[in-house]
Amino acid sequence: METKKLKKVDIIFENEQGLSMAVLEKTLKRNPDDIILDLIDSGLKGRGGAGFPTGLKWKFTKNEENPVKYVICNADEGEPGTFKDREIIERVPEKIFTGIAICGYVIGAKEGYIYIRGEYNFLLKNLNVKLQEFNEKLKKLHFDFKIYLRSGSGAYVCGEESALFESMEGFRGEPRNKPPYPTVAGYNSKPTAINNVETLVYTTMICHMGPEKFKALGTTDSRGSKVFSVSGDTPIPGIYELELGMPLHDFVEDFGDGDTKAVQIGGASGFCVTRKKFNDTIIGFEGIPTGGSMMIFNSSRSMYNVLHDYLEFFCEESCGQCTPCRIGCQQLLKGIEAVKRGERPPSYLEDLKKLTATMKIAAKCGLGQSVGNPFNSIVDNFREEIIY
Amino acid sequence: MSTTEVLISELVELHGRTRNSLMPILQGVVQQEKYLSEDAMITVARELNISAADVFGTASFYTFLDTIPRGKNVVRVCKTISCHMKNKEAIIRALEDTLKIKVGETTHDKQFTLLTANCLGWCHKGPVMLVNDEVYPEVTPETAVEILNKYGRSK
Ligand SMILES: Cc1cc2nc3c(=O)[nH]c(=O)nc-3n(C[C@H](O)[C@H](O)[C@H](O)COP(=O)(O)O)c2cc1C
Ligand code: SF4
Repeated sequence: METKKLKKVDIIFENEQGLSMAVLEKTLKRNPDDIILDLIDSGLKGRGGAGFPTGLKWKFTKNEENPVKYVICNADEGEPGTFKDREIIERVPEKIFTGIAICGYVIGAKEGYIYIRGEYNFLLKNLNVKLQEFNEKLKKLHFDFKIYLRSGSGAYVCGEESALFESMEGFRGEPRNKPPYPTVAGYNSKPTAINNVETLVYTTMICHMGPEKFKALGTTDSRGSKVFSVSGDTPIPGIYELELGMPLHDFVEDFGDGDTKAVQIGGASGFCVTRKKFNDTIIGFEGIPTGGSMMIFNSSRSMYNVLHDYLEFFCEESCGQCTPCRIGCQQLLKGIEAVKRGERPPSYLEDLKKLTATMKIAAKCGLGQSVGNPFNSIVDNFREEIIY
Repeated sequence: MSTTEVLISELVELHGRTRNSLMPILQGVVQQEKYLSEDAMITVARELNISAADVFGTASFYTFLDTIPRGKNVVRVCKTISCHMKNKEAIIRALEDTLKIKVGETTHDKQFTLLTANCLGWCHKGPVMLVNDEVYPEVTPETAVEILNKYGRSK
């Protein structure tokens, strides 16, 4: 398998004076189809978790015939262990705005929105000032496009794109059935290109430096770099932009505290990888894709407590709309508690695993579908800790 | 007109009289009044020409759109795994002891409500808490109590 050495890069936070405006002016003169070709060529995939190719998403939205379309920047960042979007918003907001404007130009939209979680309300004042300045600059460029801010109100599931649209339309944040996909019917049922904060900054930077430099980084399946949020048992928690495709082993060497027993990749809805698999786990779309959350646990931690925490999180954040997820999350939590107390035999864990398989098929959205990721990877690897 | 009605008509003026404005309007009311009273929800419904049940339905979905009275200052301590590992329990205990309330309750003088929250996005700088919209990373039981004093805790 193709792997890369751990390498720090500096693309997202590069903040040369005037960079955003120069990119914007240059790009607004290009043919939208060429911009799409560049993005497809760069191999950029969405950085919000699901990893859909960004160039294709823009192409599908562009191809829809509709006078009204929208661009939305997903800044709901609710996945436990993720805090990179907040840092990007604080440090390089113009690069986000530029990505949104370029997307608007490419797909033919007149309005862009940033949906930012209520937990980040303290960012709004500054962000609003910067945004007004940016909107003014768009006017001066005679580009008919405006960006607006919208806030969330404390609901993890609103990061799911269709729940986010519901929320913006004034409804409960309950995910919709798919299809139709957002590129066909998103916000206000109009064609919508929705991208993560980090994805939009990479689009700005690909327009700046060209696809070649971007795709020189990473592997065939995982082009480029990615911002990681590192937390847990590490001497150096924080935000790091790293080339994709590194083995987890390298990551743990650099970031662990010397006693790492497991890493949870991708937040509560991601996967737990244990020490013996560090060598053959690749961080990237071919291995374990991630929205960037890396939580490190050392041998003093009880993985029962970790799983218990995650399940409590899902019980509270499930929107409750569909039965497999609403009831499933509760049963998984009660189930491991019962096994721990000895009220259920260890074999009950197998029944619970079957329940996660049902949830994966029958739950309506990614939240319920992915509860099995942490559940199975922790139960399989740390069975003793769950039982005793 | 009551102060709530005045506030809502200003918010409607600002954000527009459509369903798409419902969230910003409700958020604006909570910003000022800390929660959505029955009166507030009925007024919003009338202004937007939707049913009050619809307004309540939306509001009750969101953790930050409280429909029961809250104190002047709402304290939210992150309880998710990274902050858990950094001993959020000690922070919560210190706040409970100081305010003489449990999580979920409001002080008698209506100055403080103490709540927990899911991941606040500061996992590298836990434990963390929000007071209203302000964020306080890397708090200790001592600094957490000092922060309350800043918000006018009567000793
Ligand atoms: C429960 C759930 C929560 C999500 N939360 C977020 C989020 O906070 N931020 C985000 O960018 N994407 C989130 N997503 C993914 C979005 O639905 C969507 O795929 C993403 O915004 C697309 O952008 P991208 O292609 O740039 O990654 C979430 C998905 C699910 C199922
Ligand atoms: S899977 Fe869970 S969060 Fe998603 S729609 Fe169903 S109940 Fe809601």
